[in-house]
Amino acid sequence: MTATRGADARASAAPPAFDATDDDVVAIPLRRPWRVVGGALVLVLVASFAASVLTNPNIDFQAIGAFVFDPRILDGVGLTLLITFIAMVVSTFLAVVVAGMRLSSNPVLVSVAWCYVWVFRGTPLLVQIVLWGYLGLLYESLTIGIPFTDIAFWQADTNALISAFTAGLLALTLNQAAYSSEIVRAGMLSVDEGQREAAASLGMSPLYTFRRVLLPQAMRVIIPPMGNETISMLKNTSLLSVIAVLELYTQATVISSQNLKQVELLIVASLWYLFLTSVLSIPQYYLERRYGRGSSRSLPPTPLQRLRRAIDARRPGPDPAPETKEVRVV
Amino acid sequence: MSTTDTARTAGAARTPTRPLVEIRRVRKSFGAHQVLRDISLEVPEGTVTVLLGPSGSGKSTLLRCINHLETIDGGRIIVDGELIGYRQAGHATHEMTPRQIARQRRGIGMVFQRFNLFPHMTALENITEAPVGIARIPSATAKARARDLLDRVGLADFAGHYPSQLSGGQQQRVAIARALAMSPKLMLFDEPTSALDPELVGDVLDVMRELADDGMTMIVVTHEIGFARGVADQVVFMDGGVVVESGTAAAVIDTPQRQRTRNFLESVR
Repeated sequence: MTATRGADARASAAPPAFDATDDDVVAIPLRRPWRVVGGALVLVLVASFAASVLTNPNIDFQAIGAFVFDPRILDGVGLTLLITFIAMVVSTFLAVVVAGMRLSSNPVLVSVAWCYVWVFRGTPLLVQIVLWGYLGLLYESLTIGIPFTDIAFWQADTNALISAFTAGLLALTLNQAAYSSEIVRAGMLSVDEGQREAAASLGMSPLYTFRRVLLPQAMRVIIPPMGNETISMLKNTSLLSVIAVLELYTQATVISSQNLKQVELLIVASLWYLFLTSVLSIPQYYLERRYGRGSSRSLPPTPLQRLRRAIDARRPGPDPAPETKEVRVV
Repeated sequence: MSTTDTARTAGAARTPTRPLVEIRRVRKSFGAHQVLRDISLEVPEGTVTVLLGPSGSGKSTLLRCINHLETIDGGRIIVDGELIGYRQAGHATHEMTPRQIARQRRGIGMVFQRFNLFPHMTALENITEAPVGIARIPSATAKARARDLLDRVGLADFAGHYPSQLSGGQQQRVAIARALAMSPKLMLFDEPTSALDPELVGDVLDVMRELADDGMTMIVVTHEIGFARGVADQVVFMDGGVVVESGTAAAVIDTPQRQRTRNFLESVR
């Protein structure tokens, strides 16, 4: 199979066009027939599944079309986005505080932060949501005042203050802060100690160093997992249906309990979740690129660049490099 | 090399100036390990002091104490008449706040073994960050000065490059320019060529030599004996946290009096 060029050259007894050696081979890639077979098999399976869904008389596609833009569904989408947004923003602030406490040299702050993460990460989110929903049973009224005294500046009835919406928001935010704080902490730890020293030697204050030197570098490590967390959060808002917050999934179930088209409305909700999570991953690309400056090798390509690269990959590659005729030993 | 030698020797022969750095009986321990045992040293203004010694001798720690990156356990360090890191109140000295320490460090430049450039900033931004953000110099002025400094270290064409796009030697020269941008009165070099490929060492040493010729006060921790002999006004040999021997480059390197110094110099040669 592999005819050596050197042998050819010797056979013709003519001087070779270049300094070919005896071990110069013509490389023919290995054929991989099982790839084709495997690919075809999977395609058949996917096609049969798609056909079974599309031709299923039990799915009312008309209803899916009719409910995708139903005002109640759109309200649910709006509320889902609002909860995701507020919970992510507030939890990120909390996470920075908790991470700062974990990294501080004050043992009390370190232990409290550790316990916070331990409790909120160690119990199921669903349980936390229900618990916040029952807050009114635990505390009849909420008071702002001086601890361990009867002095109160402000007081309110718990059930009036904490609506299902607020309880859900609290649950998601506090839970997320525990997870995010670990991400922020990992980001801060990823920055080399030499960076802090270099900043200090230039006369930068600790706060300035954090803002201009450490945080921008930590962001590079923080953003990809935070993008994941945002997508998780968007989906986790559906858990709020247990305390009757009228977000997307709750709205879908409310509608389906009336018209009994459960599967159709679940598909409607799923389509929206898929659409929203797809849209959410776009800003992540650009944030990653923004904070990836100076480390060009790890810059993620933009969707447009990915597309262009995929097309380029189909084209034949550049011409091979010219023959090396001279080797210089330095 | 030889011209540099005469220039430095002539410089050293000037009337002795006041000490810019005074290190008096400095002690420092990491846990039970005593790194600095009663170190005293004076560095006259406009001169170059090279600290030599085996690894673990405490020379890097001493350098880091001078800009309070490490706290000292006893003794005192005075730079340009100011006590470093502490405030004198009667007989007691109180540690300064981080903000006060930061202010003090502005007058002391430092160059690190691992360069420690800010990877998310270009060469130019690395140099202008502290002058603009800390010293409140107008951005245009700082940029012009940064370009001058880049030119001075031979990197005029690399202003827009990120550190990851520069070789080790280029990064170290940017780091020197970054330290100079704050117009320090003292420059500390912590093994500036130890992390470099051998063929890149020369460029960095050339920049340091020029800096010395311009009259910058420098304290250099290095293993480059040739640099010490050519540039240093004072060579200090440390071992086990004490100063074993100090004097002119010729005295310490060519005619060392102590056996420990001789052993060390033989091992590096």
